[in-house]
Amino acid sequence: VGELLLQEELNRKVLDSLLEFIRKSSSSFQRGTDDWRSRMRAHEIPTAALVLGVNVPDHDMTFQSLSEQLQLSVSPFVVSLQAKECAGQCHDQCEPEQGSTSVNLKRVHCSLKTLHDWYKTVTEKTYTSTPGEKRTSIGINVQQHPPIVVIFKDLEVFSPKVLQDFIIICSRYIEQLPLIFVFGIATAPSVIQHTLPHSVSSLLGIELFQSLSCTQHLATVIDQVILTSEFPFKLSGKVLQVLVSIFLYHDFSVRNFIKGLQLALLEHFHSQPLSVLCCRKQEALGHISKLSHQDVERIQQLPSFMRYVEQQGPQDQVELLTNDDHVKEVCVKLLIDLHKYHKNYYPILRCLHVLTSSLPKYPLGKQIRELHISCLEKNVWDNEEYASAMTLLRMMAKEELVSLLQKCSVILKPGKTKKMRAVLLRLDDLITRFTKSLLEMKESRRTKKMSQFEILRDEVLEFFDSLVRCHLAPPESQPLYEVCYYSSSAVLRRHLNATPRTSIQTALSNPYHYLKNESLRTEDGTFSSAAPDICIVYKLHLECGRLINLYDWLEAYATVVSAAEGKDPESADYGKVDELKHARFIQAVSELEFLGFIKSTKQKTDHVSRLTWGGC
Amino acid sequence: MAGQLLQPGYEENKLQRVSKLLPCRDVQSSMLLALMGEPEQYSYPSIFIYGHRATGKSHVIHTLLKELDIPYATVTCVECVSLGLLFEQVLFSLFGPDSATLLSRSPSLSDFVRVYKQLCVQNPAKQTKYIVLDRAELLRDMDANLLPAFLRLQELVEDNVTVILLSEIVWDKFRPNTGCFEPLLLHFPDYSKDELQQILSEDSHPSYSTELYSAFINILLGVFYSVCRDLRELRHLAALNFAKFVEPLESGKVNESETHKLWRNIEPHLKKAMQTVYLREVSSVQWEQQMEKEAGAVRGLSAHGHVELPYYSKFLLIAAYLASYNPARTDRRFFLKHHGKIKKTNFLKKHEKTSNHLLGPKPFALDRLLAIFYSVVDSRVAPSASVFSQISSLVTLQLLSQVGHNDQLDAPKYKCAVSLDFILAISRTVSFDIVKYLYDFL
Repeated sequence: VGELLLQEELNRKVLDSLLEFIRKSSSSFQRGTDDWRSRMRAHEIPTAALVLGVNVPDHDMTFQSLSEQLQLSVSPFVVSLQAKECAGQCHDQCEPEQGSTSVNLKRVHCSLKTLHDWYKTVTEKTYTSTPGEKRTSIGINVQQHPPIVVIFKDLEVFSPKVLQDFIIICSRYIEQLPLIFVFGIATAPSVIQHTLPHSVSSLLGIELFQSLSCTQHLATVIDQVILTSEFPFKLSGKVLQVLVSIFLYHDFSVRNFIKGLQLALLEHFHSQPLSVLCCRKQEALGHISKLSHQDVERIQQLPSFMRYVEQQGPQDQVELLTNDDHVKEVCVKLLIDLHKYHKNYYPILRCLHVLTSSLPKYPLGKQIRELHISCLEKNVWDNEEYASAMTLLRMMAKEELVSLLQKCSVILKPGKTKKMRAVLLRLDDLITRFTKSLLEMKESRRTKKMSQFEILRDEVLEFFDSLVRCHLAPPESQPLYEVCYYSSSAVLRRHLNATPRTSIQTALSNPYHYLKNESLRTEDGTFSSAAPDICIVYKLHLECGRLINLYDWLEAYATVVSAAEGKDPESADYGKVDELKHARFIQAVSELEFLGFIKSTKQKTDHVSRLTWGGC
Repeated sequence: MAGQLLQPGYEENKLQRVSKLLPCRDVQSSMLLALMGEPEQYSYPSIFIYGHRATGKSHVIHTLLKELDIPYATVTCVECVSLGLLFEQVLFSLFGPDSATLLSRSPSLSDFVRVYKQLCVQNPAKQTKYIVLDRAELLRDMDANLLPAFLRLQELVEDNVTVILLSEIVWDKFRPNTGCFEPLLLHFPDYSKDELQQILSEDSHPSYSTELYSAFINILLGVFYSVCRDLRELRHLAALNFAKFVEPLESGKVNESETHKLWRNIEPHLKKAMQTVYLREVSSVQWEQQMEKEAGAVRGLSAHGHVELPYYSKFLLIAAYLASYNPARTDRRFFLKHHGKIKKTNFLKKHEKTSNHLLGPKPFALDRLLAIFYSVVDSRVAPSASVFSQISSLVTLQLLSQVGHNDQLDAPKYKCAVSLDFILAISRTVSFDIVKYLYDFL
């Protein structure tokens, strides 16, 4: 899936303006100092402050494509710096720059002075020698002095001291070295003024570049990848909800969203054998004919297929349950229907969104994804919100309504199915009638009857209502929807939003959950005494208060373990502590301490204190 | 005009040229010349020159040394992250490119002295050599023996050498507690308004008369002198705004003598410049473009104060703010349902009664942060790994700061590093009334 391309597409606008800025500043360096004004001006280091938003994981890709484009079109000298790589001394920062291009450089003391000398030799060398060198082979229009671009990937993390010193040093060389900085900023641009004092920030000529906000970014991704019939793979409402809420509540990272989408895709094809049919229509139809008997049985067991069977006549039902070939024939028809359903669903969804998204208070959601999710979950027309949206629409003024309808018609234009074309015709017809009725409006203003416009308005809304009822039915209503829809949101949530603490507790209180050892299987509430030592110790400690007496704990442990060994409760050494048990106990307790459930306390020497609450 | 610089041993015309290049610094330069004496004479071992930014310290020294053909080495201490770099640069400029190779990989001070002596014997010089150390305050952070050694380098290397230290800080802040050789102190006072006027007027635009430029500088100083006396910055501002100043002249509406009209034209622009380009809210290039186009003001950097955060990050930040600014003992009152009444006055110790916002954020443990977080966030949140990772990403965004070593895995402590305005804006977006939960505003 070409999701990566999409991401680049999104950043293009910002990157283009950034590239333009860098080109301009490098050319202004070359213009030299013959101009009075540029001679008089204090030399500032051209700096681009690139505000990228808090979704730090996404930044890497942006910076990578930025430096690639820079290297291609502006200058071969581009360094990206990460704060953690240059915590100590700023001079090390120059090293990658030098190392990448010139090899025989003495690396004893790298300073900007050496960088400067190196730069001079490099630029001279390339322009005295014939233009057959590597520079031209990359395809740069030969510039006299390609700028040195230094990208600070995460400005917030750089220690202010290092940054200040680095800028001061660089500013001493700015007249000879065409340096350009790019600051990657995750929060707000005012962070520059917080970290740098005026004496330092006055050395920089900062220009601001704001990238798309990550919510807009997400909206575009959803629009291009999910709200389209192009890709056969679909997400159910719950799964989409999980992905979106991870995005909104936790990380704002589009990259993680896409990763989640890819995981869902993988899980779907891994867990659902019938996903062979989840591909383009022609291929899917080809696959149907190759289905084995087992596959057909799987189809027959699909809930949506069973519902479909129940709706058929008794004769058909028998056929559908016994005759494999008949099932295959029906499947072909159903799959084609499913594809048609998708082709109609998305345009109508967009139209409904256009109509409702401008209503006050957004009864059906501001974003199209919200509308999409509610359509996926149940019949959207049964919602109260839908009814209220319709009443609001019935009160809409004429100009607004007409402009909305025109937008809808634009959306429906590229529709290919017969139904969509019919809808488009009908809509265009309505629009023309509207414009006519607007002219007649003035005359009928006085009459108390419903005006022409009002009648038309009702007609339009009736029409849309029927469209919604016809095309926006939830996918569960479609037979064979399981083929395309991935719906196990719990799996996805478990993978993407891990809860380490809950897992530890599950492991300790119910070892069967992870070990799958039949001897550990227990009824609810009871506890197998054959469980690992740490589980027994954990279970026993739940019964204690804030302070735990170690000796009592040990005795209880010994009793449980003796029961597990099958000893006779009446015998003398039942529950007796021997060296082995003692050692096992100590080990389990220290493991529990390591996991952070208990710690030693100074209040009583032979006690430990609990760090968690509750228990039995 | 410039007083005559007189010093035997130097050519007359060179001295004259120097005095022309150093306007308003006659006293200082003649004093320096007197200290330096004739080229062959030994000078005082070390001279300490201090004065504010852009008071001509480096300019005077460099012009003197350069114009009078005196051997010297100049090193900016910011650049010298290691001693080796410093020594290397000194040797490089005094003895030529080969000399630096004699130093070992990470040379000590005695290495430097040894190499210096060795080179001195090889090529003995009659003239006094000078080592200029710019931003000398950074020497204090390097090895403890470095500053005292440089102050008496003449004795150590037994050569005719003088070290000149330049700094913006007074000598009292330098004096090591072990004591050292006292250098000669020389103060460069700030330029007065008249002096600024004189210096700035000197670089007039070639296509306009000197008087006009001088008038412009006068207006400029009238606006900016109260906030900025930095010569460098003022020159920059003059260059940026001169085009606007002569705009009416260019279009022929006004002639050069009507200074009042010119003043009326430029004054609002200068005022605006003070708020924007001087503070580097907009870059100089943007400022110039804006002047050309008139319309479409560029929004400054601080106008973009808004930060978007994920939903739970917002609550984590709110919880962190509460934990930082509320005394821990008041948590019961804010986050327990049946807390009972607590009287503010009797409840707290004396030092807790002062406003916590005046005292600044206090460190808090992770446990407390999470406890507050779970009670302020309205829905049930699973303690998932991403909640924890959000805390660390807040730290990297510098919205929280970790107290103590960051290798402390067990019970880390944090501080909230955002302002009240910021947190108010954040809590408004999640419709959480943070003021109700702040002890200071009770």
